[in-house]
Amino acid sequence: MEPMTLSYTVDGGDLIGAGEASSQMKLALKKLGIPAEAIRRASICMYEGEINMVIHANGGQAMVDVGMDQIVIRLIDQGPGIPDMDKAMQEGWSTAGENARDLGFGAGMGLPNMKRYADDMTVETTIGVGTTVTMTIKL
Amino acid sequence: MLLSEVREILKADILTGEENLDREVTSACGSDFMSDVLAYVKNQALLLTGLVNPQVVRTADMMDMKCICFVRGKMPDESVLELARERDIVIMCSPMRLYDACGRLYTAGLRGEVY
Repeated sequence: MEPMTLSYTVDGGDLIGAGEASSQMKLALKKLGIPAEAIRRASICMYEGEINMVIHANGGQAMVDVGMDQIVIRLIDQGPGIPDMDKAMQEGWSTAGENARDLGFGAGMGLPNMKRYADDMTVETTIGVGTTVTMTIKL
Repeated sequence: MLLSEVREILKADILTGEENLDREVTSACGSDFMSDVLAYVKNQALLLTGLVNPQVVRTADMMDMKCICFVRGKMPDESVLELARERDIVIMCSPMRLYDACGRLYTAGLRGEVY
């Protein structure tokens, strides 16, 4: 399989429809013959990230590099940034509003879940500029 | 446990996927927090929840879950059912509360995580 990059736009205004990019990525990885367990981990990472981008950052871009031995997901937004990364990584800590909670999110599990399922995760964030989350899933 | 047995135990109506009741589930999870579901659920699972929105189906899809049972008689709208059909997920609706539904399935042998 040749290395390739999949690119998706995450619509910021639509919390009900959030997850479409993750669904598309999951289908694409299936077609590429990626092992099921890696697809599941990548899908959960992407989905939690996508929900975060919609809730907190008015959407953004998702770039997925699929290689021979790993999948690298980059989620790039121009949102407000994360003021306290230590708190954001704590399970149960959230700044999400009622609309997110109504849909079953905003429980402060997003970033911890992404870290749980990725083999490696880095978060670069600048207040007022945006956040880039990079997650690696080894194959 | 077969989905046909799940239906019987939960006195549930099948809203979509009637032809797939011969599928087996080996674990179950009851929650209204989708992030909890994403954190803990294992293979071949059934999701019981009182939430009826598209994110429930998307969450189940990401986890490769076979079936969602909406509890407390909650009925999803057609867009939720359509999403489930596209993703080949069986949808049931039970009049039971989440606690009772989970308890009955657990008693009948369908467990959650092994501790």
